[in-house]
Amino acid sequence: MTFPLRPEGPPPLRRWRATGLLAPAAVAVVALVASPLGFVVAQAAQAGWDQTRRLLGRPLIATLLGHTLGLTAAVTLATAVLGFGAAYLVERTALPGRRAWTVALALPLAVPEFVRGYSWVSLFRSVHGYWGAVLVMTCSLYPLVFLPVAAALRHGDAAAEEVSRSLGRGRLATLWRVTLPLTRPALAGGVLLVSLYLLGEYGAFAMLRYTTFATAVFTQYKLGFDAASASLLTLVLVALALLLVGLEAWAGRRARVTRHGALARTAPPVRLGGWTAPALVALAALVGVSLGVPLYALGYWLLKGSSTTLPSASVLGATAATLGYALGAAVVATAAAVPVALYGWRRGTRPARAVERVAYLTRALPGIAVALSVVYFAVHWAQPLYQQPPMLVAGYVVLFFPLALTAVRAALAQVPPGVEEAARSLGTRPLAVLGRVTLPLVLPGLGAAVAMVGLTASTELTATLLLRPTGTQTLATQFWVYTSGLAYGAAAPYAALMVALSVPSVLLLTHRTLRSGS
Amino acid sequence: MTGLSVVDLHAAHGRSPVLHGIDLAVPDGALACVLGPSGCGKSTLLRVLAGFHPAAAGQVVLHGRMLDDGRSQLAAERRGVGLVPQDGALFPHLSVAANIGFGLPRSQRRARVGELLDLVGLPGLGERRPHQLSGGQQQRVALARALAPRPRLLLLDEPFAALDATLRAELRREVAATLRQSGTTAVLVTHDQDEALSFADTVAVLRDGRIAQSGSPDELYHRPADAAVARVLGEANLISAEITAAEARTPLGTLPLAGPAPTVRSGLALLRPGRLRLTAQPVAGSVPAKVLGSDFRGHDHRVELRPGVAGLPDVLIATSDRSWPPGSETYVSAIGPAHVLPEPAAGGDRP
Repeated sequence: MTFPLRPEGPPPLRRWRATGLLAPAAVAVVALVASPLGFVVAQAAQAGWDQTRRLLGRPLIATLLGHTLGLTAAVTLATAVLGFGAAYLVERTALPGRRAWTVALALPLAVPEFVRGYSWVSLFRSVHGYWGAVLVMTCSLYPLVFLPVAAALRHGDAAAEEVSRSLGRGRLATLWRVTLPLTRPALAGGVLLVSLYLLGEYGAFAMLRYTTFATAVFTQYKLGFDAASASLLTLVLVALALLLVGLEAWAGRRARVTRHGALARTAPPVRLGGWTAPALVALAALVGVSLGVPLYALGYWLLKGSSTTLPSASVLGATAATLGYALGAAVVATAAAVPVALYGWRRGTRPARAVERVAYLTRALPGIAVALSVVYFAVHWAQPLYQQPPMLVAGYVVLFFPLALTAVRAALAQVPPGVEEAARSLGTRPLAVLGRVTLPLVLPGLGAAVAMVGLTASTELTATLLLRPTGTQTLATQFWVYTSGLAYGAAAPYAALMVALSVPSVLLLTHRTLRSGS
Repeated sequence: MTGLSVVDLHAAHGRSPVLHGIDLAVPDGALACVLGPSGCGKSTLLRVLAGFHPAAAGQVVLHGRMLDDGRSQLAAERRGVGLVPQDGALFPHLSVAANIGFGLPRSQRRARVGELLDLVGLPGLGERRPHQLSGGQQQRVALARALAPRPRLLLLDEPFAALDATLRAELRREVAATLRQSGTTAVLVTHDQDEALSFADTVAVLRDGRIAQSGSPDELYHRPADAAVARVLGEANLISAEITAAEARTPLGTLPLAGPAPTVRSGLALLRPGRLRLTAQPVAGSVPAKVLGSDFRGHDHRVELRPGVAGLPDVLIATSDRSWPPGSETYVSAIGPAHVLPEPAAGGDRP
């Protein structure tokens, strides 16, 4: 038998060039997406040293810092407790109706925070300020802890817990000393998302009359048009967010969990016995407060509002505009995420991981920071684009790029390792491999990514308020106009539509998170 | 006094029964092994003993204390039954020392952890993290962790399955020595007969949720109760034989009986591969055979043969210290006494 010296196929040079294109593309995309970080710094630098000191030394900063940190501390603690508790009940106990509870517990994510704020404020005058904000944001955000922790509990190996029991530690001690530490990475990831949302949220806090960095930036920019002050506040906000990301990475590394042996056996569910009823009551209360109250408020105002106003034409227009911008942004963001995801997936090298990490870092950018940097860019370098549709699409793309990247990576994870190499070894060129093997395999996943980003973008408020083209109203901005005028009935159809649009993406997210186990 | 005694134990997964009346007695300080193929219920038995699966009926008693009587179960954490799972299941968030000290009261930790690290041959590795250890080291730590609170009974769930062959044999010897040294009563479950034979004082063969036979490794290997047990413990040639007072008449000649004469008139003579001798020339009692294939195993050759006379199985397996080219002619004869098994019922497990 003889072996040919070189197999049939593209010559080495072309092979190198075709795969070599991927890295520059990935780096370029990530550089574009991360550029707002640079703009924030550049804009703040214009303020000058003395002005910076004066602006940062104001008592306002201390107040805002106190507000933001106080709220973040209370809400992250509450969401961690509720999210972990609900996940444990649903995944590890013999609670009746566990699958239905999982969906019901995730669904509050479908109610945008500002819609939730509206439903409480419009029903109860007493809900406002710090405790109002804690209530509203906890109800909105606990699913961000619940979902990853439930996935970790579902896919974790029960052997460690059984060993702990056999060493004489009871159920509670095992929960505290083994189960909780093993879910710590998931818990830390969820808590990070919660705190990032808290830093970036504007609409709900404005409605609850609670000032944080984000609301202060918005007010300074919109009302006072004090660009330097606004950008300095933004810089503080971004610094806080980056600090949180760093903390999470540190916590995640300390809790690094390696599992050898592919045999993860699920634990038999814990029988609750006499605790079944209290557990059911607790979950029902959580779902009732976080899902029931907004639904009741929407129903109430829809019925009441339909007698006074009939905004059907503007609802249709706003829906069309919303979906148009959201889908446009979703397609662009997903397409941009493909090279970055492919680069990280194909080569687990250090630069590839670094590029991906920078891309994920941009999720620390609050909507308001992204919006302000897009405005800054348009005003300085792209004047004709100012307040034009591309500005809003660009803002959405930057804002939701990490979401698109996660979804595309999830799709790529379904591709069996080695199929690309197998296709290459059969003499197919890299680009043809992409077209004939990789993309067909991930196409359903890419569709899901577009849907996910599009539906999430369709309920975005903060950046939309700043970036929308003159005269355009999306569902969120039109809703905002009405609620600012206390026209709760007129606002209800817009809120209901946004909730309805969010439901599919929440179901998708729930399914994906619990299946993947990450 | 019996350390562990299991009487008529039944257990089920949901509605499907898994264990149908297990009886097992493990003397104090003995190493017992439950051997069986996957799906025979051995993991369920282990989980019942550990307290993670309830018994449907029967009794589990350890040192006179009722662990499970089919109605109520003593909680796993109150049994004093240690567990070494298949992949070790070390707590990944704790150091080696903290893993070993997990089940100890705070005051005893320092002294006992050092003692155990020495016992399993890992002195000085207490500050390592589980992911910094090799597979064999992880299993040793898992053993040390389970032994730390001085359990009344130690359960080992295929603890060597994930290791490579050399390390497996070495660690097996080491663990058996460690357990004998500490006087621990232990039950190991495995599907690997080498492991069972070399590790345990008592082996119980589990089949379809019942104990098919239990006894010392030697007894099970040489005097199995039926053909299936004979095969579970290693390769076997089962040759039909006519039984007389002290002899078995087989196509390979008349062989003395290994034990007391059975009451049956005909049965199967068990000849392990080592009991068949191959020669190039005919010798007394030998029959011609054709070599089908030969595997070199280092210490010997495993030879498959097709006997040239009627009344023998289609394929015989012999060991030989020389290689036999496939297709060559040889003569096979039997050595020494034979153990006789009852002939399986018609439609049963034919040899």
